Amino acid sequence: MSDNPVFDRIREEVENNDVVLFMKGTPVFPQCGFSNAVVQVLTYLNVPFKGVNVLEDADIRQGIKDFSDWPTIPQLYVKGEFVGGCDIVREMFEQGELREFLAQKGIETEAA
Amino acid sequence: MAMIASDIERLIKEALPDALVDIRDLAGDGDHYAASVVSVAFKGKTRVQQHQMVYNALKGGMGNELHALALQTSVPEN
Repeated sequence: MSDNPVFDRIREEVENNDVVLFMKGTPVFPQCGFSNAVVQVLTYLNVPFKGVNVLEDADIRQGIKDFSDWPTIPQLYVKGEFVGGCDIVREMFEQGELREFLAQKGIETEAA
Repeated sequence: MAMIASDIERLIKEALPDALVDIRDLAGDGDHYAASVVSVAFKGKTRVQQHQMVYNALKGGMGNELHALALQTSVPEN
């Protein structure tokens, strides 16, 4: 893979945290409706996750889009794997697939 | 700068000629749309791959001129 230094930092985040959400704002103060939507889904399922605020780091904000070849924020990673943005996470959640997917990855979920 | 619905539809159909494209303007600002795209080309692809195909069709517009595109992709029923 390319020697983009930002990729190393991204790789470290996604490999050292089970669930990582690259988002605008923080889990407590999301600053974008789409980021907030994913935070709500993860909170509802009681899934602990690490929020990475791309608004605080321009390199990560662009780097994450190149890393995943995905043009928008938020981006959800589970066990190092890119799951999707707001649309996909919401669609998976609504169809009951997200809970199953997380369980397959060994991540406990519980409806709040 | 914004994108108009007909441009989005045209670009998607250029990349996916068989696609059925339904675009709804969410905010009237040329920046927030919802789109559903149905195409045989999505067959066997993950959702991420399907959405990437649509984003690639928009030739870099996604995330730039086009701030938000609530996207739903699917394969034709038959």
